[in-house]
Parts: sequence; C-alpha cells; structure tokens
Amino acid sequence: MALEKNLTPEDSHERVRRQTAVYVYEAPVRLWHWITAFGVLTLVITGFLIGRPPPSVSGEAIDHYLMGYIRFAHFAAAYVVTLAFIGRIYWAFVGNHHSRELFLVPIHRKRWWGELWHEIRWYLFLERTPRKYIGHNPLGQLIMFGVFVVGMVFMIITGFALYSEGTGVGSWQDQLFGWVIPLFGQSQDVHTWHRLGMWFMVIFVLTHVYVAVREDIMSRQSMTSTMLSGWRLFKDDRPD
Amino acid sequence: MSNTETFYQVMRRQGITRRSFMKYCSLTAAALGLGPAYALQIAHAMETKQRTPVIWLNGLECTCCSESFIRSAHPLVKDVVLSMISLDYNELLMASAGHQAQAALEASMENHWGQYILAVEGNPPLNEDGMFCISGGKPFVEKLKKSAEGAKAVIAWGSCASWGCVQAARPNPTQAVPIDKVITDKPVIKVPGCPPIAEVMTGVITYMLTFDRIPELDRQRRPKMFYSQRIHDKCYRRAHFDAGQFVERWDDDNARKGYCLYKVGCKGPTTYNACSTVRWNEGISFPIQSGHGCIGCSEDGFWDHGSFYDRLTNVNLFGIEKNADRVGMAAAGVVGTAIAAHAAVSAIKQTTQRKKKEAEQERNS
Repeated sequence: MALEKNLTPEDSHERVRRQTAVYVYEAPVRLWHWITAFGVLTLVITGFLIGRPPPSVSGEAIDHYLMGYIRFAHFAAAYVVTLAFIGRIYWAFVGNHHSRELFLVPIHRKRWWGELWHEIRWYLFLERTPRKYIGHNPLGQLIMFGVFVVGMVFMIITGFALYSEGTGVGSWQDQLFGWVIPLFGQSQDVHTWHRLGMWFMVIFVLTHVYVAVREDIMSRQSMTSTMLSGWRLFKDDRPD
Repeated sequence: MSNTETFYQVMRRQGITRRSFMKYCSLTAAALGLGPAYALQIAHAMETKQRTPVIWLNGLECTCCSESFIRSAHPLVKDVVLSMISLDYNELLMASAGHQAQAALEASMENHWGQYILAVEGNPPLNEDGMFCISGGKPFVEKLKKSAEGAKAVIAWGSCASWGCVQAARPNPTQAVPIDKVITDKPVIKVPGCPPIAEVMTGVITYMLTFDRIPELDRQRRPKMFYSQRIHDKCYRRAHFDAGQFVERWDDDNARKGYCLYKVGCKGPTTYNACSTVRWNEGISFPIQSGHGCIGCSEDGFWDHGSFYDRLTNVNLFGIEKNADRVGMAAAGVVGTAIAAHAAVSAIKQTTQRKKKEAEQERNS
C-alpha cells in the first residue's frame, strides 16, 4: 500500500509500471474472492444434485434427510455468497480504486479501448508481448462485469425467487423477489433459467481459472498469488 | 325467474331443514378454510341475499371444467346451481337450445346488466377474425366481449381461459389467447387447472356470493386461498423427497413403495394448486396418490415444456428444444475444448519463444 500511496493518480502510470510490486487487492476483497469461490463451488455441486438427485437411499424415510441436507447446503451457501456480494458492493465505495473495477467499466476512455483491442489480439496470438496491468486487464474487466457480476445478479434474483416459493406468500423473499416468477411465465421456467445460469457460471469458472493460470505463466505480472497476498508483482521493469 | 327469493327461501322451498342448512353453511365455511364464526356469516348472507345471476360461456375448450364442476361434493353442485346462483345461461346444463338459448342469454344480460358474474370456460381464438370458434352464428370473441361489458366480475375457468392451454400450444395456429387479453377493463379471477378442482370452483363462487366481493388474488390473479401453495408443499410423499427416496423407473420397487415421483418428472414442486389438500372426487384421491406425477396442469405454459416425465424440462430458444443440462453441458464442452486448444497453442508459443530467446543469447555470447 505504501508504494501506491507515494504516487499521485495521474502521473502514476509510467512510474507505477516501473515498480515491481503494487498493493492491489485489499484484505476484504481477497476474503470476498475466496468466500465466493468456495460458495459458488458448493452452489454448483448442490444445485446440480437438486436438479438430478443422487440414487435413492434405502430403508425408512425417517432415517434419512439426504435431499434436505443438499438443499440446506444450497440455501446456506446462497445466503453466504449473497451477503458477501452485498459486502463487496459496499467495499467498492470505501475501498481503493481497484475495488471499483468490477462494477465500473471505463468504456468512456479511449486508452481503455486501445488496451482492450491489444488484449484481444494477445489472446488470438497476434501480439508478441503482453502489456502490464496493475488491476484487471481491459478484457478481463469486461468479462468480470459482463459475465460474473451480471451472472451473479441474475442467479441471486432468480435464486431468491425460487426460495420464496418455500418461504411462502407474504415472506420478505416473496415481497422482494416474487415478481420474478410471473415474469418468466411460471415456476418451472424460473427453474430452467436458474439452471442455465448455473452452466453460465460453470463456463465462467472454467475460463476464469484457465486465464488466471495462463496469465500467471505468460503475462508480465503475478495473478494467483496476488489474490492471496494482495500484492501485484511485475516480472520485469520495462514500463509498458 | 324469481329474483326476490333469497337463498334460504329457495332451500326451504326445496324441503331442506334449517338443521341441514346450518350444516351446509358450516361445511362451506370449512371448505373455504374459514373459521367456525364464518358459518354464521354465510348463513346470514344466504338468508338475506338474492341469488346472483351467472352467465357461463364456453369458447374453445373441451368442457372438462363443466364436467368437473358438476361433480362438486362440498357444496353439492345441485345446491350451487339450484339454490345459490341463478345459472341463467350454461350450454351444458340448460334445457333450451338454439334461438331459445340465445334469447335466454340476451334476456339475462338485459335484466341484470352490471350485476351478473360472467364465468368463461375456454378461450377465444383471434386468428381469421375469430372464425375458428363460432357460437350462435358469430365468432365467440364477439359474444365474450359483449357479455363482459355488463359483467360485475369475470371468472376464468380452467387453464384455457386463464393461460391458453393446449389449443394455444406452439405454434398456436388459431391464435387462441387467455381471456384477460380480450377483457382488459374488468377484474378477471383466474381459476386454472385442466380441469380445476370441483370444490375450488364452487368454493370461489360461494366466496363471491357470501362476501359480495372477489377473493384475495395473488400476482397471477388466482385466489390465494386455493393457489398460494405448491402441490409439493402439502404432498403426503414429501417425506420421501426430503429423505432422498425416489421412484427411478415406473416399474421399480420404489414405485410400489410409494416413493417421491420427482425424478420421473412430477411437477408438484412447481405447481400451485390445492390437489394435495382438497383432492378430487369427494377427496378420494389425486394424481400423485394414484402413482402418477403431477403434470402441472394449472401452470402457465405446461403444455409447451416437453415431456411430462422429465425433471428438467425443455428450453425453447432459437429453435432449440433441449433441457438446460443438455444446453449447458454442450456449451461447457465447447468452451472446455476451446480452452484446451488455446492452452496447447499457448504452450507451443511459450516454448518456441523461449527457444528463440535462448538461441539469441547463445549468438550474443
């Protein structure tokens, strides 16, 4: 953090990129990331099993509560992930400027578009060397907002709408999210869309893990370790 | 037609004792889920109120709603038709036909303009100016609009009138639409189901007569008292669902043991209706009790979701008819393959670049 604080925001780009380490992800952001990672993993596994339950258990019904536990894990993880997401939105207001990257895509900046184009070319193997980025690269930022944030909001809204069916008419879940069900047609349609959303998130996770590992190896800055320590390390001191 | 007679007078005239009348009021209150005090309110209303005229129209439909209605046990349908309401026009039950029937309809509309309840079974097809359903020599949609104008309230019987049902299934050649697409200026109460439960039908009518207002409705305009919970919420097989005990195939041992029908496509978890509590045919049984999953007949669009026996129903998008898992797995497969290919190319690039660098360094040294 000290290093970044020595720099003024405007003159910074050149100077910051010459630094070898910048504190990017503050502790709450890192904590949120890993809570969400394990939460989404739980949600995908239990969600998959709710739509396609495991083979029947034998014996008396009174001795088992398998579907009950699976559903409980799903709902509990959903609450954790949702509350963490709300906390993350709060942190975008009070955290450092990197904490806002997830929600505010700077499409009004020319430089951003140039870097986006460069990044697309880098992923199509048309660029020889990648550029340095302190926070997200523009392509990453775009996917983070367009796929992850939008996907999360969609899953939270449809998820709570389905949950409201169990809590019943008049519950706060019903009052806040009950309108979703007639919007999609009926309950079964919301189930179908929620499941499509699950696959959307699975595809996001596949891509996210792949590009994080790839960037770790091929880019000029650290990735995975940054989400653990918060520090972005650069592998060379060329400015761009 | 004697409009001055109250319900109570009509019942007494038919030889019903006061004791039976009070019993009937209590049963009706119980059927509506009301407290014992309401039995007296119902009795009071029956003693003082005149019978409400009801005009019952049939559009594009199969008459299963009427067939269900005439099997109501609590209250008995004969009590509803002969004592509670003045059923002025009903194509299934009325003795008259042709011009005589038409005259009865017009007379009732004229005499009770603004007072009658319009009950609609079936829906109007709009394509070709409504020529796919002709009633009394005119398109049904005209008859519907005209009758709705003078109605106090409109009841949409069944899934046809409420959602469109089978005749509105893709690609819906006759362009059949739910009645609230045509009647937009009147309160429409939706009583979906294919057919709706008889006691639910008579229960809705009884409520409207007793309290002289429409029952409390949910977001989709269904009476809350019958449609606020899913079949699944009150299903007697729910314990097997929570335990994780399912019928895997129709002929397996689990089916004989009466396990949950979730895996063989039961739509109980997504269907709002009173089947698992009120049941059918004087409370004898309901589909799940008979060993067959719920098909979700009271839900919008149930006819267009693919097989009744699939847990995950079809997505109808861009001409695809596959369930969410097939769509999702295919997409994840494509992305997974793309990632693998991209990783391979990246690895090749990385090694060739490193080799080039090493060669350069060797040359320099």
